[in-house]
Amino acid sequence: MATTVQDRYSNAAVALHWLIAVLIFASFPLGWISASLRLSPLKLQLVSYHKWVGVTVFIVAIARLVWRSVSAAPRPLAAPAWQHRAADLVHWSLYALMFALPLTGWIFSSATGVPTVYLGLWQLPDVVGRDRALASVLRSAHEALGWALLALVLAHAAAALKHHFVDRDGLLRRMSF
Amino acid sequence: MRCLRDRMKLIPIVLAAALLASSANAQPVDLQRSSIRVTARQMNVPFDGQFRSFTASLAWDDRKPEASKATVEVDLASFDLGEPSFNDEARGKAFLDAARVPRATFTTSSIRTLGSGRYEATGKLGIKGVTRDVTVPFSIREDGGRRIFEASLPLKRLDYGIGEGEWSDTKTLANETMIQVRLVTNAGR
Repeated sequence: MATTVQDRYSNAAVALHWLIAVLIFASFPLGWISASLRLSPLKLQLVSYHKWVGVTVFIVAIARLVWRSVSAAPRPLAAPAWQHRAADLVHWSLYALMFALPLTGWIFSSATGVPTVYLGLWQLPDVVGRDRALASVLRSAHEALGWALLALVLAHAAAALKHHFVDRDGLLRRMSF
Repeated sequence: MRCLRDRMKLIPIVLAAALLASSANAQPVDLQRSSIRVTARQMNVPFDGQFRSFTASLAWDDRKPEASKATVEVDLASFDLGEPSFNDEARGKAFLDAARVPRATFTTSSIRTLGSGRYEATGKLGIKGVTRDVTVPFSIREDGGRRIFEASLPLKRLDYGIGEGEWSDTKTLANETMIQVRLVTNAGR
């Protein structure tokens, strides 16, 4: 089944999609490992890298939405209506989490009293003052949202693979260069 | 038990302070309004802490500033970064090692007038068993009948062995730290 131009995402959309995929996959182990380490230089390094990746996800997510508003997504594949609804739900939830995770992480950092300095160069303003009770709530929220993101990413990838390899409808070509 | 021991340790300081306070020109320092803050950077992220417990004696002579004297003794175990895991590490062996040498001390040896309310003290700063000569610029201002002495001391933490072992990596934890001391006395003179 040959894909035509309007059947696939634009090169910019494809690049942004895979960039954010790589960032999310990097962010998980960084967050997971740094949270479990005792206080050490390595922990401080990983926490900083995790925050840098998170800020980058936030920026790239904005770029994706802007690009999406000027360059339309390709025609939907032929599929049952419930699958379209499920796909829409997952896609927009993924977008929501691409913002919710960096935002909760940022406020969590502020509440812990450890500001975020993007790439070690630009310090973000603190949203709230140092507040241990709030920090503990935000940490739980950030972790819960992280698990939700992982679950959705897996569902998203599983559905894409199912389309491509089981239904053989060429879905992955839409998200390739 | 521990609390009692801590109090016992304070007795010599209280005595020393009382002794100093009785000498000429000594002004009692209002510790409630005074502070000792530390600013440092990890991964270029600024963070700060403060010493919750310290004593200071000040004998300031306006007519003869160079004859003035100051001593500050800081309880290292009172260092507070606002987060228990940070505090444990900072008070522990690799950093301040408060269990081995509980107090840091600073004693002036000479004071120089720089003009327009600015001065420079030289003295000995002892932390963690290392004593070094330091130069501390400071200023004095009046505020509602109080007198405020403010000093900033840039300090290279590794000069005093603060942050040993894995923490000696200055790319993660900067060597440069800033100590800001604010001493408030009630009586202007």
